[in-house]
Amino acid sequence: MSQPSLSEALRGVVRRDLLLAMRHRSDVAMSVFFVVIVASLFPLGVGPEPAVLRTIASGVLWVTALLACLLSLGRLFTADYLDGVLEQTLLIPQPLAVLVVGKVFSHWVISGLPVVLLSPLLGLQFGLGGDSLGVLTLSLLLGTPTLSMIGAIGAALTLGLRGSGLLVALLVLPLFIPVLIFGAGAVSNSLAGIGSEASLSLLGACFLLSLAFAPWATAVALRIALE
Amino acid sequence: MSATGINWFKYSSPQALYPLAGRMIPWFAAVAVGLVAVGLYVGFFVAPTDVTQGDAYRIIFVHVPAAWMSMFLYVIMAIWAGIGLGLNARPSFMMAQAIAPTGAMFTFLALFTGSMWGKPTWGAWWVWDARLTSELILLFQYIGIILLRSSIDDLRRADRASAVLALVGVINVPIIYFSVRWWNTLHQGASVTITAAPTMAGSMVTAMLIMMVGFWMYSFAVTLARMRCVIVERERQPSWGKPASIPDVAEAR
Repeated sequence: MSQPSLSEALRGVVRRDLLLAMRHRSDVAMSVFFVVIVASLFPLGVGPEPAVLRTIASGVLWVTALLACLLSLGRLFTADYLDGVLEQTLLIPQPLAVLVVGKVFSHWVISGLPVVLLSPLLGLQFGLGGDSLGVLTLSLLLGTPTLSMIGAIGAALTLGLRGSGLLVALLVLPLFIPVLIFGAGAVSNSLAGIGSEASLSLLGACFLLSLAFAPWATAVALRIALE
Repeated sequence: MSATGINWFKYSSPQALYPLAGRMIPWFAAVAVGLVAVGLYVGFFVAPTDVTQGDAYRIIFVHVPAAWMSMFLYVIMAIWAGIGLGLNARPSFMMAQAIAPTGAMFTFLALFTGSMWGKPTWGAWWVWDARLTSELILLFQYIGIILLRSSIDDLRRADRASAVLALVGVINVPIIYFSVRWWNTLHQGASVTITAAPTMAGSMVTAMLIMMVGFWMYSFAVTLARMRCVIVERERQPSWGKPASIPDVAEAR
């Protein structure tokens, strides 16, 4: 029996996770509706003045995206951990870090991508227009994969612990802060007319940095958790 | 075995380190108390009053060394954690565990004294500037590491998981250090650097350096004391030395 190549293994992991998500479509719908509902609470709580809404829009939408990512982190490894698939995954001869990239990618497709696609609509709700809507979508497109990457480390570290949902928030949220600052900064810069290239470049740098190191750290953390 | 005939690895075993730490703690503690007393005296009575900031600036003799220590201790903790992961050495994990609370304390002290300085000088207890925010993140990281360790019952996993988290967080340390240069912030740039002549009066620099050495000595003393506690805690029934009786634990604390 010939060994599957690296890309075949990667494709297998992604295909399996996406297939599982398709079979539990309500899970995906939940994170989408969570974002919509939380984002809709702010105009009701803060008051509907367009000027106020426009200034808080970037921060609110980014924090919402961050929380949506955080809440869905439990799904990343827990099911596989409980039914033993994760142990089998560790035995696959291909490097675990690459397989982790596959799992994180499918997690992003399920929880991050819907938020990105929805963001122009939510931006309109907050009175953003034209350029800043585009910047908001672009910043989320660059930033949410980073969130999933960093979140995977926390999810792997707290795998199977009691109260892991709260603990993962405490571990991961401080590491999310730079992404939040640059992401929300890009939108508010574009609103102020300064240009958002600097913040977007930094977001891209964060993404590349997390792509290089996070899967490796996650793989180490998974091995520790399953020892 | 080195050529000098001293086995440097002897003290990497808890049973050799325990008595050595016990002997060293009083010395480090005494030197720390002496240096901090001298540093505070020079800082408060010898150093001249600042032209623009008046006497409010004198908090920096605590603030700057505490901020330095918060970063140093994080890096040292991460190095111990890395050695532990790389060599699978239990005492290095214990070292990392012993350092974390002291680092968190210094981070809090830096933030606290900073806000005491910020009120009279900037007119605000807190501003969301890059240096302050990244130092706050450092505090969250220390707390996260301590919490992660305490919520894992299996010691081996607790050691290794918190080591991974400590290593991941190292990325924040250069961000804190360079934040005043990379971003145009309210927090002033570095006044003391290794490469350039200091931009302040000699007695100020002296006081700051004395305070920093004092804080180092304090960190050694406290970390070693906590190390002894960790050793006693982990080796409930040590087969070596005297058994961990309650007065002994109290003394180690």
